[in-house]
Amino acid sequence: MKYYDKLIFELSKEGRRGYTLRRNEFGTSLGIPASLSRSKAPELPQVSEPDVVRHYTNLSQMNFGVDTGFYPLGSCTMKYNPKINEEIAAMPGFTGIHPLQPAKTIQGVLEVYAEMEKILAAVTGMSNFTFAPCAGAHGELTGLMVMRQYHMSRGDVKRTKVIVPDSAHGTNPASAAVCGLSIVEVKSKANGLVDVEDLKPLLNDEIAGIMMTNPNTLGLFEKDIKEIASLVHGCGGLLYYDGANMNPLLGKVRPGDMGFDIMHLNLHKTFSTPHGGGGPGSGPVGVAAHLADCLPVPKVAYCEKCGRYTIKRDVESSAGQVSGFMGNFSVILRAFTYLLALGKQNIRLAGPYATLSANYIKESLKDFYKLPIPSICKHEFVFDGLIDDGSAVAEDGHGATTLDVAKRILDYGFHAPTIYFPLLFHQTIMIEPTETESKETIDAFIGVMKKIAEEAASDPALLRGAPHCTPIRRPDETTAARQPILKYKDCR
Amino acid sequence: MSKIIEGLLYSESHEWVKVEGDIAVIGVSDFAQKEMGDITYVDMPDVDDEVTAEEDFGALESVKASSDLISPVSGVVVEKNEELEDQPELINQDAYANWIIKVKMSDVSELEKLLDAKGYAAITE
Repeated sequence: MKYYDKLIFELSKEGRRGYTLRRNEFGTSLGIPASLSRSKAPELPQVSEPDVVRHYTNLSQMNFGVDTGFYPLGSCTMKYNPKINEEIAAMPGFTGIHPLQPAKTIQGVLEVYAEMEKILAAVTGMSNFTFAPCAGAHGELTGLMVMRQYHMSRGDVKRTKVIVPDSAHGTNPASAAVCGLSIVEVKSKANGLVDVEDLKPLLNDEIAGIMMTNPNTLGLFEKDIKEIASLVHGCGGLLYYDGANMNPLLGKVRPGDMGFDIMHLNLHKTFSTPHGGGGPGSGPVGVAAHLADCLPVPKVAYCEKCGRYTIKRDVESSAGQVSGFMGNFSVILRAFTYLLALGKQNIRLAGPYATLSANYIKESLKDFYKLPIPSICKHEFVFDGLIDDGSAVAEDGHGATTLDVAKRILDYGFHAPTIYFPLLFHQTIMIEPTETESKETIDAFIGVMKKIAEEAASDPALLRGAPHCTPIRRPDETTAARQPILKYKDCR
Repeated sequence: MSKIIEGLLYSESHEWVKVEGDIAVIGVSDFAQKEMGDITYVDMPDVDDEVTAEEDFGALESVKASSDLISPVSGVVVEKNEELEDQPELINQDAYANWIIKVKMSDVSELEKLLDAKGYAAITE
């Protein structure tokens, strides 16, 4: 990977042009009032076309993504993003529309929403979906707003507490707090699953619901989910399904059948739309039938009488509006394309292959990395650091940590797994290969992980100095957090 | 091994308390600062704020994690360590010399629930 750190403004040369607009030959006014016209030229970079092309090509080569290599980032489902998704999303009929266009002129777009709702309902066992949330955490917040709205609309105003397992994604308690709900933690057992006995005494008439991820963040299926569902429903609470880990269940198990009332999906995880780099994401929220009227507006509806799709904005019991229009349509369209391209039969293979890949890596590496929970995992699993961290041979007695392993992986050309999450262990390495990697790629990764473990045992300093082959070595995260430089002029 | 000082009281959530009459001087243990790594921010309550035993009164942030500070006692904050606002790293340098808040206790019997140095050593082994 070559190093390139210029800003386009640094390439600017007075008078250089890449493109020149024609003069307005007719001398007519464009109708822009003088008060709104610029009095001085904007400070745009003055660069030639090759400058621009090389600048952005060089920058793009500093990237690592699923198009460049294996990306086993646990909890993130970094599956390959098929190019047909991009082709469909780039169709002019979709790219040329405006969110304020009359509904009758965007019937095809509304049909995509309506059809996608049907597909997701079938895949998840939910009744209705909203596509308004623009990311997973936005979906969580929306789902909790729906949960609260449901209780409030029934006059059940005491329910202000949400139960969250100690293995949960950090966004779960954060979303609940943003929604104005307080958080009650339920513990996990030694086998990594929610402790039903610990849950029972927490249940009362102040519980709005429980948020669960299944399989959980350790990659383990919560086998007691039916019992948990009946206990939580028994106290009048609802079950929220965090869809971050939906991938292994695709076409096999449905959250609706497990007893969940509300859920979100991450289209940028499970349904192959681009993920990372700040978005755009999409976090549709699905609900069981009794909660359908609490979903946010606007919503697509089909008018039988006029034979057309319409946009419904007034629903009295709705939790309100959560985004400007109806979410990130182009992302929804990509996920729709993925689902149609795979079809009902093939989608059933995604989960099993994702699960097989994860178990294959886990079993291949368990003699090198500590495996705290040895049972069969789903789409991902966690190690708790190296078995031999090399501290016995290190001069200063310091062995290699999980951070050092992750940095060393970069030297071998793979993206590092998720580290130090979940917080249940101290040296967590969380690996999720997804179903889109070949056995050759997975074997190459296993080979690298074994090699790194051997390096750690014989020469931990090599790992502690890693990465050695990247354009930037180890950024000083502590100083960056304590004395952040936020302005360009302060860093040059 | 992390350092534990005799004569202080400790909570299971890794805060220490030094009792000076009805004032509780509160900080975090050496074990806690080691677990957190380089601390980048200390979120503290203001003077005159009330704190409640077993509830959070602030948080520590590090490069690795963010962790609530749990009050070992109930009472009113009489002083906060303003040095930590600009130099959170002081806690990493010496977790016992750099207290976080001082609380005028409303119920000294709450101290009975805390651990002594030996009891705390047992849970951090």
